[in-house]
Amino acid sequence: MVARVVAKVLNPGAVTGVVQVLHERLSFWGGFDPREGRIIDRHHPQYGCQLKDKLLVLPGSRGSAGTPAGVAEAVRLNQAPKAIILGQVDVNVTVGMIVASHLYDIQVPVLVVEDQVSYNQFRDGETWTVLENGLVEKRGSHEQ
Amino acid sequence: MGNELMLSPRDQSLLDGDCGPALQFAMKVVVRGAELLGAPRLIDAQFVHVDSCHYYGRAHLDFAKFFVQHAAQFDIPAWTNTIPISLRDTDVRDPETEFHREAKELAEQYVALGCQPVWTCAPYQLPAGPKFGDQIVGSESNAVTYFNSVVGARTNKYGDFLDVCCGLVARVPDAGFHTNEGRRGEILFDIGNLPMILRQHDAFYHVLGHLIGGRSQSMTPVIAGLPSTTNKDDLKAISAAVAASGGVALFHGIGVTPEADTIEQAFLGGEPTETVSVTSDQVVEARDSLSSAGPGKLNMVAVGTPHFSMSEFERLVRLLDGARIHCDLTFYVSTSRFVAENAAAMGWMETLNRAGVTVVVDTCTYFSPRVKACRGRVMTNSAKWAYYSPGMLDVEVVFGSLEDCVQSAIKGEVRRDCRVWGEPW
Repeated sequence: MVARVVAKVLNPGAVTGVVQVLHERLSFWGGFDPREGRIIDRHHPQYGCQLKDKLLVLPGSRGSAGTPAGVAEAVRLNQAPKAIILGQVDVNVTVGMIVASHLYDIQVPVLVVEDQVSYNQFRDGETWTVLENGLVEKRGSHEQ
Repeated sequence: MGNELMLSPRDQSLLDGDCGPALQFAMKVVVRGAELLGAPRLIDAQFVHVDSCHYYGRAHLDFAKFFVQHAAQFDIPAWTNTIPISLRDTDVRDPETEFHREAKELAEQYVALGCQPVWTCAPYQLPAGPKFGDQIVGSESNAVTYFNSVVGARTNKYGDFLDVCCGLVARVPDAGFHTNEGRRGEILFDIGNLPMILRQHDAFYHVLGHLIGGRSQSMTPVIAGLPSTTNKDDLKAISAAVAASGGVALFHGIGVTPEADTIEQAFLGGEPTETVSVTSDQVVEARDSLSSAGPGKLNMVAVGTPHFSMSEFERLVRLLDGARIHCDLTFYVSTSRFVAENAAAMGWMETLNRAGVTVVVDTCTYFSPRVKACRGRVMTNSAKWAYYSPGMLDVEVVFGSLEDCVQSAIKGEVRRDCRVWGEPW
């Protein structure tokens, strides 16, 4: 069986990864350590959560102007998520990834799924595949 | 998204790489940002306040070096935000760290790109900045709110990288706060029932901003009942606090800010989605939420977030009245080098030096490595400092007015006057 979500592509790329859903917005400057790929905002309900190499699903970023830099720095240090799926269009996360792919030639796809029912299909621990055209698929026993 | 973005011939030419890879990449980022914001077109920008000069990691440096290597230059006035270190500091604890070296190197890149090295989060205190109606690129949150609300210049809150890209191509998306409709008031806060003596107290504006930011989130608040005595320092306090606790990028103050002569004008003839009659109880609750510590011995006092103005320096000198800061604590004032030089010309720096006050320029005490070593109880007159520092420094915060801060610094322990609040601290 194949579950399928249609997302809008903000920064293209194709990748397979394990889902990590965040319950609240995250500031990638001050709330996330790009050297360790972990959430360090003590007010965030998922403080300490590891985001490296995950297929990160979150409502969006928050806070200061520094988020794009935090995102790009994590890519440089190989501590970034494999892909980011947003609940709402987020200029800061997208710009951070566009700059990261320009500087480091590492393409981290950024997608947005505004439809809440589709967004809620992503569950922690599941393996999903992001395609270049914005399709996101979960297969029963997917092998890349 | 939805709207198709129309590019001018010059926009398209930059995007095609006719002016080299630096401006091509800058335009690519601006176009993507404009598409995400749903802008139908780009419009000319007249000024940029750059935040990307604030070092966070080597990605910041690699980004700036790409533009320097391709000989890019800002064609519009480009002023720099605060940075994590002071370039004029003679008392840096560990200048040989990689952090310090790269932060300094990053600052130098932006000078090479043609920035005016003002290194301040309060660029609106400097002469020859943006004017009413100017379309600009703002980044630092309090400056975005102050430029939008108090100056009447127009900007969205541009994050790192997009600030530089917009500034280099001197174009911004015609969306959000750049448009008339985007500046419409949404939620009304009536403070007219609060006692006038409270409404004229300096710390009240920090508390009010904190309260309004929390209630408004990203809506545009309109404040009715600000007294006619409300000055630029008070409006700076509101700007910083609403942006820190809420994410507010524009507020209107009826009879005080330039796009709000009347309530009708502030709401563009429409109705508020919600009206909040602010009570004294709410004000006291917001005031108390800014303190994580109670009375006791103080380790540090931090004022000047956002950067201290000339009028605040004048007031600080008057409040000290020749007294000395208690020898067990450090009293920091953060300001810009421009204001520091003017304060020195007035003779105030000498007075403050004698009193034991430490003035730092280019940076701010809530993120500077210089004060990272500070522990314990810190007093501040800034809602923004009180909001951010417990997450960034190992400290407990006591909030009070500037006068409370000075009296406490002289005694070495927390002293706060509660009379205007009607409730004890």
